[in-house]
This record gives sequence, C-alpha cells and structure tokens, in this order.
Amino acid sequence: MRNRLAGLFWSLVFLAVPVLGVAVFAVAPSIDVWLPKDVSAHGKDIDSLFYFILALTGIVFIATEMLLFWFVWKYDEAARGDQKATYIQGSHTLEVIWTIIPAVLLLFLAIYQMNAWADMKMRRPVMKPTVEVVARQFEWRLRYPGPDGDLGTPDDLFLVNDLHVPVDEDILVQLKSMDVLHSFFLPNLRVKQDAVPGMKIPVWFKASEVGQYDLVCAELCGWGHYKMKGRITIESREDFDAWLEAKYREQEATQAEPLQEDL
Amino acid sequence: MSTVTHHGPGDTTTVAPARSAQPRPVAEFLSTYVFSKDHKVIGLQFLFSTLVWFLIGGLLALAVRWQVAWPWSDVPVLGKLFAQEGGQMSPEFYTMLFTMHATVMIFLVIIPILAGAFGNFLIPLMIGADDMAFPTLNMLSYWFMWPAFFAFGASFFVEGGAASSGWTSYPPLTTNLGASPGSGMGQTLWLIGLTFVGVSSMLGSVNYMTTIIVMRAPGMTMFRLPMTIWAMFITALLQAFALPVLTAAGFMQLFDRTIGTGFFSPEGSIINNQMTGAGGGQPLLWQHLFWFYSHPAVYIMILPAMGMVSDIMTCFARKPLFGYRPMVYSVAGIAGLGFIVWGHHMFISGMNPALGMTFMVSTMMIALPSAVKTFNWLGTLWGGRIQFTTAMLFAISFVSMFIIGGLSGIFMAATPVDIFIHDTYFIVAHFHYVLFAGTAMGVWAAIYFWFPKMFGRTMNEFWGKVHFFLTFIFLNGTFFTMHILGAVGFPRRLADAYHYETFHHLQPMNAFMTYCAIGMVACQAIFAINFFWSMFYGPKAGRNPWNANGLEWTAPSPPGHGNFDIQPIVYRGPYEYSVPGCEKDHLMQTDPPLEHAVAAAH
Repeated sequence: MRNRLAGLFWSLVFLAVPVLGVAVFAVAPSIDVWLPKDVSAHGKDIDSLFYFILALTGIVFIATEMLLFWFVWKYDEAARGDQKATYIQGSHTLEVIWTIIPAVLLLFLAIYQMNAWADMKMRRPVMKPTVEVVARQFEWRLRYPGPDGDLGTPDDLFLVNDLHVPVDEDILVQLKSMDVLHSFFLPNLRVKQDAVPGMKIPVWFKASEVGQYDLVCAELCGWGHYKMKGRITIESREDFDAWLEAKYREQEATQAEPLQEDL
Repeated sequence: MSTVTHHGPGDTTTVAPARSAQPRPVAEFLSTYVFSKDHKVIGLQFLFSTLVWFLIGGLLALAVRWQVAWPWSDVPVLGKLFAQEGGQMSPEFYTMLFTMHATVMIFLVIIPILAGAFGNFLIPLMIGADDMAFPTLNMLSYWFMWPAFFAFGASFFVEGGAASSGWTSYPPLTTNLGASPGSGMGQTLWLIGLTFVGVSSMLGSVNYMTTIIVMRAPGMTMFRLPMTIWAMFITALLQAFALPVLTAAGFMQLFDRTIGTGFFSPEGSIINNQMTGAGGGQPLLWQHLFWFYSHPAVYIMILPAMGMVSDIMTCFARKPLFGYRPMVYSVAGIAGLGFIVWGHHMFISGMNPALGMTFMVSTMMIALPSAVKTFNWLGTLWGGRIQFTTAMLFAISFVSMFIIGGLSGIFMAATPVDIFIHDTYFIVAHFHYVLFAGTAMGVWAAIYFWFPKMFGRTMNEFWGKVHFFLTFIFLNGTFFTMHILGAVGFPRRLADAYHYETFHHLQPMNAFMTYCAIGMVACQAIFAINFFWSMFYGPKAGRNPWNANGLEWTAPSPPGHGNFDIQPIVYRGPYEYSVPGCEKDHLMQTDPPLEHAVAAAH
C-alpha cells in the first residue's frame, strides 16, 4: 500500500492555494497595496463593483479550491484501501444546476453594471470641453480655452503635463493624440481612456476632493513610455480661476508663440 | 492494416528511402530524423524546438523582471552581452524585452508546443491511425517554423533591435518607422516571422482536421474520442477560421511600413517631429483585426491543455471523466463564443462604448463553459482513487490555477472595473494564470505522462515531484501578487514606475516577485536534467506504464513506423476505469465488450 503521507502532503499544498490566496487579499489593504484613494464622484461605482465581484469570485474560489483539496485529501489511493473508484459518468442534474446558477449570476452581473458603464462612457455631460489634452511622445499637451471660453481660438492657454481642474464640477476633457496611441490614466479618479490619433474622444469625470495626483500614460507609446508623466491638481473654483489667470498672464508676458501644429 | 483507415499519401512518402544496393547513411539519417514525414518525429522536433524557445522566453522574462524590480541597476550576464550604457538596461531595450518575451512565448512556445508537438504526436496514436493524412504537409508545417525562428532570432541583432511595440503590435507605433527604435527592421522581421508561424499553424490545422475526420480506427466514433483529440480538433477549426484574418492584417501592416499604404495611419500625425504620410487609415482597425485572431488564439493556447489534463486526470483518478458530453459541448461553446468576444480587449480603446457593452455580455457568457469544465474536473476527482504521480500533480494544479485565472477574468469582463484595471498588472496576473499556471502546467503534465510513449522510458518521479513543488510555489509567488499590484493600478510595460507617487512604494513587492521568478526559472534545470537523463537512462517503460485506456498505450513504446502492430479496433469510450464487475480496474478502448470476454473465458 502506498504511503498515506504523500497524499496528505500534496493535499496540504493544494490547501495552501485558497488559504494563502485569501490571506494575500486580506493583508493587501493594510500594507497599502490596494486600490488607491478614490477622489472622484463615479469612482464609488467602480470600486463597489470591484468589491462585489471580489466577494462573488472569492466565494467561488474558496468553495472550489476547498472542494479540490477535500477530494485530493479524501480520495487518495492510500486512503481508499481495497475500494475501487466510483464508476460514475456524470450527472445530468448536476450539469443543469452548475450551468444555470453561474449563467444567472453572470447575466445578473452583466446587466447590473450596464448603468455604471453608460454613466462613465456614454452619457456625456452637455457642455463645452474644460480642457483639450493632446498626447504626444512623451508628454501631455494641455490647451485651456482662454477668456472667451472656446477652444481653438487665438486666446487659448497652452501648458504641458500640469493639469488643473476645479473640484465638484463636471469636467469634460477632449482627448487627442498627435502621434501614436497613448492612454490617459488618472488612477485616483478611476479614469482611463486611450488617446487615438485621428480621433477626438470625450472623457468626463467629477473630482470630489482637492489634492494633487498622478497622470499616467497606460498604453505603450515608445521607448519613453515610462516617463510620460503628468500631474493633476484638483482645487477649488477660486484657486482654479486664479491659477488659470496667472498662467494666462504668464503666457501673454512671454509672448509665447502659438504651437506650430493647428490641432 | 484494415481497409477502414485510408492509406493516405502517407504510405508512399514515409521513412522508406529507396533501399538501394549501397547504403546511404547520410540520406537515411536525414530522412529519418531531419526531414521526416513521420508524425512522431515531427512532434518531437516541435517539442525540442519549442522547449529551447521556452528557455529563451524565460530568460527574457527574467530580464524584464530584473528591470521592474531594480530599475536601471546593472543587469547580470545580459548586461554585458547587450551593453549599452555600462551594464544597465536602456528603456528601449526594456520595451524590446517584454515584446519579445510575449512573442516568443505565444508564437514559438505555447501554440507550437500544444498543436505542433502534442497534436502531432498524439492525434494519430490516439485515434488509431498509422500517420497523419498529409505527411508531407506535416513535415512542411515544422520546416515553416524555421524561417520564423530565424526572423525572430535575427531581429535581436538588427539596427534598433527587435520589435518593441508589444506583442499586440499596435499601430501607429509599429507602422511609423521613426516612432521607436524597434519599429525599424526589427518590426519588419517580426511581421515576417509571424506570417511563417501562421503558415505553419495553418498547414498543421488542415492536417489535424482531415486526420481526425477520416482516419479514425474502426469503431472510433466521434463520441469515443478522448478529450485531447476533441480539443485538438476544435483548436484546429479555430486556427483555420481565425488565422487568415491575422495573416491579412499582418500583410496590411507590412505594406503600411514598406510601401506606404496607410491602412492603419490617420492623416495629419506628427511623429518624431515629422509629418506622417498620406493617412486615411484607422489605428483601431488593426486592433479589431488583430484581436479577431488573437482572442480565439487565447483558446488555441488553452483548449488542448484542457483536453490533455482531462485524460491525465481520469487515468490517475481511475475514474471515468465526469460529464464527457458536457465537456465536449463546453469546448465547442468556448470555441464558438470565442469568435464574438474580441472587443473586450478594446473596452477603453476608443471603440464605440455601446459596442463595448455587447462585447461585455458575450464575455460574461464565455465564463460559463469554463465554469462547467471546472466543475466536471472536480466531479472527476470526486470518488476517485487518486495516484499522486508527477503528471497527476501537474494536472490537478492546472485545475487549481485555472480557477484563479478564470475568476480574475470576470473582473476585466466587467467594463467599469476594466476602466481601472486595464493595462495594469491585474491583466498580467490573469493571463499568466491561464497561460503559465494553466497551459504550461498542463504541458508539463503531458510531458511526464506521454514521455514513456515518446522515448520508451519513464522520467524520474522523485525529481519530477521536486520540480512540480518548486515550480508551483514559485509561480504563485510570482504571479499571485500581481493581482494586488494591479489593484493599485500598477501599469504594465513601464521601464520604471517608481517615480509616480501612486506606485513608488511597490518596489519591495516587485523585488519579491523577481526573486520568485528567478527561482521558477532556476528550478527548470531539474526538469531539463530529468528529461535528458531519463531519455537515455530512465527505467524502461512497457507499452502501458500507467494502465491507461487510450489507443496510444496499445502501441509499442516508442511506436515504430506505422504505430500499431495490428490495426486497433475500438469497442468503447476512452474512460472505462473501475468498471463494476470487471476484474481489471481499466478497460482499454480495444478491449472487446465484457460479455465476449466472459464468453471467451468459458
């Protein structure tokens, strides 16, 4: 008779998967390797959906992995004595059950999230763009409408990598790319959208807290992809207006030539 | 042999170099081992080639991990080989590394090791045929890999280095020669290599379909086929229908680069301070065409492993496969749905968001057949009599790991969550759980399981288990932590992400993962030594060392030319283990019905 210890050892190895798997996710938030602080209005929807799926998949993960462990533990050849394996070719009832239950859950999940997706990518607020972001290798070129409030007029304000937005207001970004694909990623605002040359893609969000956060390029754009870094500053309306005013005066004073490319 | 199996063109074209009066040893050697038309030799050629590339791809991965863990620090060994700025890696070198790691692993390892190596070796043996339907085509499918090997291999040494725009090769980065150093000759060679890999796959796929349809042994009905063969069959169908799209897209990109067609380049771009050409194209078109192939390709990269794992599990649980027909239907379901989910790679690409929603629904649905398969594997273990062989451990771990890879897919199928985790390490974790912890573990299971049939000797079980244990520990150490990195939003493909405030504290965790990755590659030495030592000095295996049921175990180990001594005749399905009232615990597919056996005994 084979050694029972081997079977026990291997079952424990497979038991380690759910135990350590859950442990990693349990510890992660306390060591700050977790969702970054959310400072957006819509971020809650993404985070709560993330947690909902985490709970759902977590239950399935624990249940299936524990079952696997239990079967490996229990049906070890060494533990079965002279008993033959059960001759069973399947079960119609079980197949129906484990097809229908996941199907219902998945369909529910699919329908449940549609509204959030529509809010984030389909129901664009009716307004003029707050800022135009033009990505290029390897920087974010920003264009704010000048005093006239319209983009594409001679009084526009040009900046690089230093994005400012007012807090608690709808922000509409007009996203373009000058050369290759980029992706406009604001981790703390739960915003990500590829910038595609030849397309003008609207991105909207509402920041809920003042502060300074990262603007990351998330789509490979060449050798300098890693350093295509910007900052987003969320500030009160007054601070924002004052900053815009100061930057505008700075630009006027230096007689900055308008960009060559008419974007 | 029976008249039922067609003696295809195979018979005239096999190892028989005209036995002329004077011996021609060189010609004979070449036709037996090099330009062989024997499916087993071709399978082994694929196996050895892909294992070599597996090592290369693994070393590329280590170099990637090195940079992620300790950016800009001197790279051991590789740094001296490709020294640019001292021993430190340049960012363009880093982009090349991850591009070529993925390219090598996908196109030169996973796809050819599953279809090329195991498909070739196993299909005729498991269906009771003497060879493939088209042996010459089969030989060509291997030799078409060599131009690809050369193209990908040579691209490392051309000016600007190998392709460095990701394995997805998104234009305009790839179509504009000045967009990145690797977008020069390296990218052209990449496209040429890809085309040859495609031709090779297509030749194989036509052959597999034909062989499985027309060359099954008498009595081998479709629903008596082992899961391995079902999976190979459906994979071949996927290849045949999806590949032409990739090949066409590849040529379009090649024309964009060489003769300025502009399929994928919009008008008025300024790249590297230069106006680009005519334009009129759309970068998103490439993404649609590419993923129309590459999403089904994801299933090409897992279905055969699923099939092989099903066969190995039943053998070592000594139990019939739980739900054989649902397993077949779910493979077919995955393949069918696999054609209408490609858009889930493009949720945030700028594609119409309403279209994204429909792709989200189909993606959610494709989780269903995968779930059914998992439950059936668990059902197979239930009530079994489990033998802990190395092959079985790898097979069980395939299921355990596939659960993780499958469940993490649901996060990214959920479009709002995908907004956040897209292009982060969460994705990297997901596909490494499916492709490494899934497929690669399945491939190891298959190697340990069919090694006796390939070489007539068994591999060392003790060192096999050591190899399994270390690989299992290190792979989870490397890849599981990627999930929580992804939850922070840690982006893929960044040579150095620590200058971002959001990510600067993640370096120690990345260092831990790199240590695990080094361990994971290092412990493959155990496998390599075991593999080659056992090939020559392992204990001799009989025809059926595992007491398995498939037809391949009725042939000698290793099978000679023509595979079987006598035409096998199939009386039953492949999973007749522990049949009640039968003395043996397994009934091979060639064992006549029990009544006959009883009658014969009297």
